[in-house]
Order: sequence, then structure tokens, then C-alpha cells
Amino acid sequence: MTVEIVEPGLASNVQDQGRPGYYNVGIPPGGAADLNAAATANQLVGNTVDAAVIESPYMGPSLRFKTATVVAVTGGTVPVFLNKEPRPQWESFTVAVDDELTFGFLQDGARIYVAVAGGFDVPLVLGSRSTYATGGFGGFKGRMLQKGDILPLGDGEGTPGRKLPESLRPVYSRYVELRVVLGLYDYRLTEAGRTCLLESEWSMTPVADRMGFRYSGPPLEWIERVQPFGAGSDPSNIVDAGYPVGSIQVPGGVEPIILHRDAVSGGGYAMVGTVISADMNKVAQCSPGTRTKFISVTMAEALEARTADRLYRTDVTAAVTS
Amino acid sequence: MTARAETRYSWGADEHLVVQFSEAMSLEANFTAMAVSKILETDRLEGITDICPGNASLLIRFNPDITPAEDVEAAARAAEQHVSEQPSLSLETRIFEVPVWYDDPYTNETGARFRDRHQRPEGNDLEFGAIENGMASVQEFIDAHSGSPWITSMVGFVSGLPFLFQMVPRERQIELPKYLRPRTDTPPLTVGHGGCFAAIYSVRGAGGYQMFGVTPTPIFDPEQRLADFEDFMVFFRPGDIVKFRSIEEDEYRRIEAEVEAGTYQFRQRPVTFTLNDFLDDPDAYNRSLMEALYDR
Repeated sequence: MTVEIVEPGLASNVQDQGRPGYYNVGIPPGGAADLNAAATANQLVGNTVDAAVIESPYMGPSLRFKTATVVAVTGGTVPVFLNKEPRPQWESFTVAVDDELTFGFLQDGARIYVAVAGGFDVPLVLGSRSTYATGGFGGFKGRMLQKGDILPLGDGEGTPGRKLPESLRPVYSRYVELRVVLGLYDYRLTEAGRTCLLESEWSMTPVADRMGFRYSGPPLEWIERVQPFGAGSDPSNIVDAGYPVGSIQVPGGVEPIILHRDAVSGGGYAMVGTVISADMNKVAQCSPGTRTKFISVTMAEALEARTADRLYRTDVTAAVTS
Repeated sequence: MTARAETRYSWGADEHLVVQFSEAMSLEANFTAMAVSKILETDRLEGITDICPGNASLLIRFNPDITPAEDVEAAARAAEQHVSEQPSLSLETRIFEVPVWYDDPYTNETGARFRDRHQRPEGNDLEFGAIENGMASVQEFIDAHSGSPWITSMVGFVSGLPFLFQMVPRERQIELPKYLRPRTDTPPLTVGHGGCFAAIYSVRGAGGYQMFGVTPTPIFDPEQRLADFEDFMVFFRPGDIVKFRSIEEDEYRRIEAEVEAGTYQFRQRPVTFTLNDFLDDPDAYNRSLMEALYDR
């Protein structure tokens, strides 16, 4: 009951739905960068949504199966091959002993998810199987996957032939609008700085990983002041504080960073707003060069979007498991 | 304490509430953050997943499907109100010792490698610290750094890294800018300093704090090999009081061997820290803390 990593891809790692509850000591919630894609992949193979999957940014891995099982691939759009024969995405299929799963070039989106019946049975650490590479624990040996790794599988017969209808599949774009609740330390920006944040078109840089996504664009203007004691000398500095997951910080006033699921839990840069939870999966599927606008929404609108996302999950569950 | 008119409440989108008690760092703001956190922990609402006290602020993470956002805010405001009505704040905590090999080869080598990102091309970070703080020698700087205790004002960044605030009057606090541009490397267990905060890097990685030395004692142990990590992989808690002790290479190696053998234990004692008593006479208060730590 194992899978061999023949080629790991770029930064493939094991993730589940995350590890809440330890952010107060600098251990982030983690979990699949695109939680919905990971959950759907699990449902397609007959797992519970919180089973562990492989997350692969930009490039798929090559996997050899040491056991007959059921597999599903979701997330970024990519050609899927089993022993060089095409297989569909968003649909579960069987694999036999010694079959090899490989991928072509990514066409859309940024992160591919591979679920296997029973889930990847790496040890639970603080209640989760998610890799936290910075801390060196969780997932497979606390690190990204490497060539030759042998991953154990949990028990599960699998459900081949389950399919997510086209109408429920995400559509990826090279232009995205991210909904943001402004606030936190945005009072440190001038009116021009705030306008610039919302009216500029930002371009995602290659500096983007599970910790955060960096964007290029014009500099933001801060209100000049005598810095408070302990805050550091730059106008974008604050007395080190906790960082919300999804918060946008602008070190030195240039290149905003959206903190993602492996966020550093705190630091000394002013945050000017937070991406709503319903749009965090969308961030995860952006690739470098994606044109991005920040759209200001209210807390009430953020909660409505959250409800809409939950209803989407309900629809997916009904469609996949019916 | 009086009610805090300057407190700001702000949403970090639909899953976070950020409470800023003060824009400036002070022990009072930090104690308020810890005291409000403690009340929220004690009567924790079901939907609250993380309560993260910061230096002068508080971050709460919650699931609004379980507990509505307005209930989380109401609980935080009630806790803040309760804390503001207390005549004096005190904290049941502990004091422990962290041995430091100052001026060690590891941080010196790393510092030399990233000198192009530093304010002062010549010398090392310790010399920079001494000069910037008006001290005659590196030894005087080390004496100031290790001579009085520090309080853990926040735990975070990555993997249990403590932010430490020096328990001396403001005019005697060590202050230093961070590197001009952050390094991409810092030795594990480096004792560093940025702004008014000391920090101990829990793992190797990027960093911008000035580097003064290394400690042989782990502060983050995911495998939980040592007795002090039996309950949890992170050692530091907000409110922990730390006394640095200057050691030389031979003692560093000896402790390193004890850590390797799994026998090392921190020297630590429980203490009650009362804010007003400290503020009335910091030096006398610190002496009593030292007496507690060293059983004198």
C-alpha cells in the first residue's frame, strides 16, 4: 500500500485541510493552498475531505503505484497520463500495480492536487498531516517530496468513475479580482496610497509560495510621522504584531505580499487589508504574471462570499457523491 | 488602569479580529494584550481557533460559521473593559536561564557573509550594538544584554520564536535598527536584536535582526526529545521571563553534548510578575527575580 515518487516536480508536498490552533506560537494553519481543489479530489476517490493529498505547484510529479487503487487529479489544468495514456481531470479512475501517473505542462491555474483512495498515511502531527517545511515537521518527513520517497497509503477501496460536472469546475484566469477587507493598519497610508492600492493593476511576481505571494506595481505612499517607540525606522514599520492569514503587507511601501496558508504569524510590517477567506483558493491558483486587482468589500460582503463558497461545497458534495 | 481610548478594533477579513492596544511598545500595552488573551482563553468561545497576543496588540482567529464575528468582538471588548478596571496587573509565569555564547564563530561568519546588507561594513554586529548604544566596549554591551531580565512579549514569526522586551527603564533599553536588507540565512538559535526587541531564531532561515551570539539550548523540538518539551514542541510562552548568561566555548560544547544526550534541562523557577511593583523600582524587582532564579 505505497506510492513511489519517481519525479517530485518542483515543490510537491503532502497537505490536508490544515492545523488550526497553534498560530499563537508561530505554527501556521497550513493545509492545501487550494482547499476546495484538495477537498474535491478526496471526494472523487471516496475519501473524507480532510484526507492528505499531494499538492504540486506549476509542475506535476511522476508517481508509481505499488498497489491497485483509485486516483483523482484536480486543481490547475494539466494533461494527465497513466502509462502514457490520457486520463481525465476532475474524475476518479483506477490504477493497477506498477502503473505510472505522469503529467504534461500546466495550461491554467498553478497548483495540481492528486488524491488516492485512503489518503496518504503520513503521521498526524498536532492533528494534521500537512507539511510545514519551515518548521521541519508534518507531511512526509517534514519536507518537500524527493525522488525515491515511498509514501504509505491509508485503507480505502476507492470510488472510480466519480466526476465533477463541468458547471462546478473552477475557471482560472490570468486576470483576477481579489476581494479585500481594508483595515488593520491602513490608517498609515495616505489617501493617495489607499487609492493607489485599489486602482492599480498588480502583477504577481515569481516570489510566491505557501508562505506568501508578492506583487509588483507602483509604490504606496505612507503618512509621515515620528515612529512610535519600538516600531522601527521605516514608515511601513509597526511594533511587531500578529499577521492575519491572507493579510496584505507592504514592506518599504513596495511590492505588497499576501500571506498565505503557511504565513509567518507576525512581524513588523503594516498590513493594509486582508483577502477574504473565499478568495484564498483563487490566490493559490495564480501564476507569476497574473494581473490582479484588489476590490474593497465590507465585512458583511466577506461573510456573504463565505456563505456562497460553503453552498458551492455543498453542491460539489451532492454532485460527486450522488 | 484607565480605559484605553486609543484601542483600535479591526477585521482581518472574515476570520480574524485584530485589536491594537497601542502604536508604541510598552510593558503596559503588552500586559494588557496578555491579560485580555488570558480572559478569552478561559472563557473561550467555540468558534475561536487561535488567540495570539502580540507585543502591543492581539490577533484572534475564528470561524464565523460557529461563532458570529460580532460575538467575538463583544467578548474581546468585554475582556478589555475588565482588564482596564484592574488596579494592577500581575502574571503567574516562570523565569529561566538561556546561556549565550556571545561573539561566536557562527554568527560572526554569517554576519561577515552579509556585510553588504549592513549599516556598518567594518566589525561585527556586537561592535555595532556597542557603538550605537554609546557603550565603551563590547564587554560593556554584553554585560548590559545579559545583566537584566527580558520578558517574552510575543511568540511567533516562525516555530516558537520569542520576541523579548528588556525589563529596564526605556532610557537603558538596547535599541538597534535591523539590517538594511534582510539576510537569506541566520544560524539556528541565534540571539538577535531589532528595534527594541531581542529574539532567538528557532530555526535556520532568513532574518533581519542584528546577531550577537548563539545559545546551545533548543527552543523548538518537533521530535520532543528533551524533558522540557514533553508537553509541547515549543518552549516559550508569552510572559516567560528570560535571563541570558554569558558563556564561553567550553561550556557551550558541554551543554551541546547534554542536549545531544537528551539530558539537558532549563534552569527555571515559577514567579509572579506584578507590573506596578516592577514599574515602581525595576532594579530592586529584578534583583528579587534573580534571587528566585538562583535560590538565593
